[in-house]
Amino acid sequence: MKVLCGIGGSDDSFRALDQTVERAAVANDDLTVAVVDNEDSSVAPDEVMQRARAAIADAGIDADVRRVEGDPGSRLVEIAEREEFEKIVLGGGHTSPMGKITLGPIAEFVLLNAKTSVTLVR
Amino acid sequence: MSDRRYPDAAADDFPAPPTEFTDREDRTVEIRPYGGSEAAYESLVEMYDAFDPSDRAQGIPPGGEKRIREWLDAILDDDCYNVIAWCGDQVAGHATLVPDGDAYELAIFVHQEYQRAGIGTHLIRGLLGHGQAEGVEKVWLTVERWNRAAVSLYKKIGFETSNAESFELEMGLRLNEDEEDGTDEDDEG
Repeated sequence: MKVLCGIGGSDDSFRALDQTVERAAVANDDLTVAVVDNEDSSVAPDEVMQRARAAIADAGIDADVRRVEGDPGSRLVEIAEREEFEKIVLGGGHTSPMGKITLGPIAEFVLLNAKTSVTLVR
Repeated sequence: MSDRRYPDAAADDFPAPPTEFTDREDRTVEIRPYGGSEAAYESLVEMYDAFDPSDRAQGIPPGGEKRIREWLDAILDDDCYNVIAWCGDQVAGHATLVPDGDAYELAIFVHQEYQRAGIGTHLIRGLLGHGQAEGVEKVWLTVERWNRAAVSLYKKIGFETSNAESFELEMGLRLNEDEEDGTDEDDEG
C-alpha cells in the first residue's frame, strides 16, 4: 500500500512513525515520511528527519523522508491527493495529565479533509 | 499548552467537603475527600468497572480493571485532589484535580445509576471547595462540545470557554487570586 506518514516531532508522532515503519517492513508498504511544521513540537525538523531516517534504517526498509513546509494539515492532504497515496498515518493525539486524549489541529484537519483513509496510531 | 486563559476574577466560595444532601431520587449522598483507604480505592474501582462505556470522555475512564487501576493510581497520587460522592458504601461519583504545571486539570464522573439527580453539581462544587481550601488557583478542563449537559453544568459553576477551536471545548476557572502578584493584566481582548 502507498502510505504517507506525517510527523511533526510530538511524542505521538514518533509513536506513529515507529509503528508505520514496523508495519511497512511486514506489509511491504511503499512508505513516505513527511516531516511537517508543528508549532507545538519542541523537536526541530532536522532532528525529526534524522529520527525518521534512523527508524527506516533500523527496519531495513527503503522509504522516502521529505521535509514539508507550510500549513501541515493542508499540505498532507494535498500531497496525498496529488501523488495518489492510499492512506495517511498520523499520531493518535496528545494525552493530558488526566489521561484525556485530545487531537491536535493537524489530525483534525486531515480527518475532515482527506479523501484517503486516515489512521491515527495509539 | 501553558498559555491557557482563565477568568480575571476568582470564583465565589465553594463549600468544602464533607457535605451531605438528599438527591432528587431521595437518596442521601455524602461528598467526602478521598482519604486513601483501601476500601475507598476498591469502591472506586468497582464504580469504574461498572461504568457505561458510552459515558466515556476522550478515552477515560479506561476499560478493564487492570487499566482502571493504572489510571486511578496516577490520578489518586498525593499531589492530586480527589472527592467522592458516597451513597452508603457505594461510590455514586468521583471528581478529581490533577496537577498540570501551575494549574490543575479537572474531570468528573457520575455512575449512570446516579445521573440526573443533581449529584454532579454537588460533587463538582465539593471538589472545587476542596481545591479552593487547599490553595488551588487555576483549573481547566476539556469537554466534548456535543455534551450539552456537561457544558451547561460547567458554565453554571463559573467556567469560561478558553478555546473553542477544536473538537473539544476548553474551559477555565480561577479558584483563588494569584499569590505572586496582582498585575495579571496581559493581552485581554
